[in-house]
Amino acid sequence: MDIGTLVAGLLTLAVLSFLYRDNPVYKMAESLLIGVSIGYFLVVTWESTLMDTMFEPLFAGDDFWLLLPLLLGLLMFARFGRRVAWLAKIPIGFLIGSGAGVAIPAMLYARTIKQMSATVVPLTTSSGWPDISGIVVLVGVITTITYFYFSREHEGVLGRSAKIGTYFLMVFFGATFGFTVMSRMSTFIGRMEFLLTDFLGLMY
Amino acid sequence: MERRLPLLVCFVSGLLMFIMYFSSHPTARLINLTVPLYWQIVFAFTLIIGVASYLRNNVRGIKKGESRPYRIVSVGGFVTMVAVAAIWGIKADTPFMWIFENIQIPMQSTVFALLAFFVASASFRGFRARSIPATILLITALLILLSRTPLGNLFDFLPDLADWLRNYPSMSARRAILVGIGLGSLTTSLRVIIGIERTWLGGDK
Repeated sequence: MDIGTLVAGLLTLAVLSFLYRDNPVYKMAESLLIGVSIGYFLVVTWESTLMDTMFEPLFAGDDFWLLLPLLLGLLMFARFGRRVAWLAKIPIGFLIGSGAGVAIPAMLYARTIKQMSATVVPLTTSSGWPDISGIVVLVGVITTITYFYFSREHEGVLGRSAKIGTYFLMVFFGATFGFTVMSRMSTFIGRMEFLLTDFLGLMY
Repeated sequence: MERRLPLLVCFVSGLLMFIMYFSSHPTARLINLTVPLYWQIVFAFTLIIGVASYLRNNVRGIKKGESRPYRIVSVGGFVTMVAVAAIWGIKADTPFMWIFENIQIPMQSTVFALLAFFVASASFRGFRARSIPATILLITALLILLSRTPLGNLFDFLPDLADWLRNYPSMSARRAILVGIGLGSLTTSLRVIIGIERTWLGGDK
């Protein structure tokens, strides 16, 4: 067994020990995971975003406009000084503003227009029979949207529609739950397979 | 000044990106390509700020003796990753990738797998067919779970029924939620750009 498998196996067991109860071994593994993950993301961000996208073109003299995001980025550190802390809100304003500016057309197109156009489809098949699945989707979208309409009290037709909407929502939550459990289970099976095969050598 | 300048930056950058989306002028295209790049760079600095806060908090905690062993392990893991990356780089077959593959990935996937037990125990306690919506939720979850296990193959219709549930009734609710998210994001973005929504500035003014 190589050292990598040994370390991975011991750490896997340390994390699984939480199933018994919260214990120092689990806490140690959890702390290590936090530290290593933060280090990993910092290094990857430094290499892929700051070095490749900013510092290298800047030092090569290719694009001096990159001084602008560098300046904005450095302003972030102003939050550590009491008197100049407000300066850190300038880059935050840039992040939030440009993000919102990009989000308006993107959200309108992808989340609203595309979803509505995919819903409004012919409700009959080519042979003239009603397309049950298409009708189910149309009814589901309309009734679920009425469930999220809070400007009027859910009474009468609106109330009945909202009630049907909850049934569709329950189907969605049930399906999502089922798939989530299955994905977690398959990961767990993967970890057990690693422990029994590579780490303990009980299975081949 | 302390509030107006950030608000002005937010307004100008938001309006600029919004207008540029509708233009195919070469300058607009250049802005559309450049600003998201700048956004990524500035966002990377926020990560550095986060790491600086994490280090500051943990060093303070170590000095005060609060959960000292765990904090030392956490900071040690972080420093080791940064140090090995600085010395040997981050390409394949470096100590950095060794730690990533043999420490980070196994622990991350085990933590992810642990949630299977908590989801199962929570559903065992919470899933009760008390009402029609609860019964629909229960039945759908059971059908999806059964259809993805060897037991589901005993009933020929089960995988098809599970696929139909996922592709039509479940999809319709998902679609309605997405429409709601889209409209909500749209209005929130507008409120942010024109300065009605100012919670990001801190305070309540």
